[in-house]
Amino acid sequence: MNIIMILYYLMTAYLVVILGWNFIREKKSVNDLILILLVLTPLVLRLLRVK
Amino acid sequence: VNNEKTTKIGLLVLFAAFLVSGGLPLWKHRRFRMPLVAGPGVTRILRLSDFVPSLKGSVADTEVFVLEGREPGGKALVMSNTHANEPAALLTSLLLIENAVVERGTLYVIPTFNASAGRNTKPGDGYPLYFDVPTSWGAMRIRMGNRDASPLEQWPDPDLYIHYPDKQMLSYLDVRNSNRTWPGRPDGPLMERVTYAAMELLRRDKVDVAIDMHGAETMFPVTNCIVAPEKSARIATIASMTVKAVEGFDNHVEPSPGNFRGLSHREIGDFSETLPFLLEAPIPFLDQPTGPKTVKLMMDGKDPFLLSLSRKKKLFVPYDENGWSMDKRVGQHTSVALEILKQFSKKYPERAIRLSGVPRYAEIVKNGIGSYFHDPAKADPKSVHYQ
Repeated sequence: MNIIMILYYLMTAYLVVILGWNFIREKKSVNDLILILLVLTPLVLRLLRVK
Repeated sequence: VNNEKTTKIGLLVLFAAFLVSGGLPLWKHRRFRMPLVAGPGVTRILRLSDFVPSLKGSVADTEVFVLEGREPGGKALVMSNTHANEPAALLTSLLLIENAVVERGTLYVIPTFNASAGRNTKPGDGYPLYFDVPTSWGAMRIRMGNRDASPLEQWPDPDLYIHYPDKQMLSYLDVRNSNRTWPGRPDGPLMERVTYAAMELLRRDKVDVAIDMHGAETMFPVTNCIVAPEKSARIATIASMTVKAVEGFDNHVEPSPGNFRGLSHREIGDFSETLPFLLEAPIPFLDQPTGPKTVKLMMDGKDPFLLSLSRKKKLFVPYDENGWSMDKRVGQHTSVALEILKQFSKKYPERAIRLSGVPRYAEIVKNGIGSYFHDPAKADPKSVHYQ
């Protein structure tokens, strides 16, 4: 794994944390909660090295 | 507050179920190991990391099966799964590894050249993850791969792939396409290192002939053919005419374009003494206007939409109700490869390569490809290798 690839994994992890934080903070909109989880899907699959 | 908590927990449970149900089959697919039984002809097994050490430990470090004859002679390399969604090539390699005995010369076989692509899946289109080849001992399960290496091995893609060393601008995807990264370099992206390792094998071991086996759509003009550069054209033409006349299946020769870089049939010839040949057999499964991409379509190549297009003369191959089965495609690859070796041996008798134990087109179509594979459960465990 080269340095650029490691940086991309770090960026992905950062986005997952930010989205997770938004999920926790969201109080009203169920639509937004679902959207956050949808956006999280490919990011989590990449971090888990599934796809 | 309680409502909010309940909603979020419910959504997270659904999210987890969604991830597991979608991700688990992909996780299993990536780790699925295809057994092959090395036949009596296999004398040594190398790895690509023997030629580029930085590949060691990576998914791309694939096996190179070496079949050496009693008599010295010429050397040939046969490769498949350069594009892992064209599986007739893989089955042809397995057929060689399990059955071929080299009488004279040396045969190298790389069954899963792009081992990462063999563990990748195509998003969309509903491609199957596996297909089964029927054999007398049960179903032989083959992992269906994709055209390009997985981003899990090589990420991110560039905006444009600048080919090395010609600096030709290719699609960003081609950086993961091991038939665009030839001749490669030892410190480039992963696929360039894979092709460089193969180039090093060809140069160091002075390999005479390289055969890269593929499959192409029936609506694509470069199908049912041998693609060859100027230096291989004579042998390719005689081989093509011979199989057409003697074995009765259609085949022609396509010239390797000099200005389209990165392909095996171009760069192997330009960067080594080896004569390259790229074989294309029609694969209806890859055509766009077909019905569902089922295992049945993969195996029998029968599709009503292609049949209709064939009647309107829109296909580049003869196509009827019989489709274009896997047995036919493997048979074509086997016969064309054997004929290339035969014609090469005729032209360079001091570097002749002679094989036995390999069936040709008619025999494979009659018996089915599955009849040539051996049961790994009953084989000597030392001869079972996993791809």
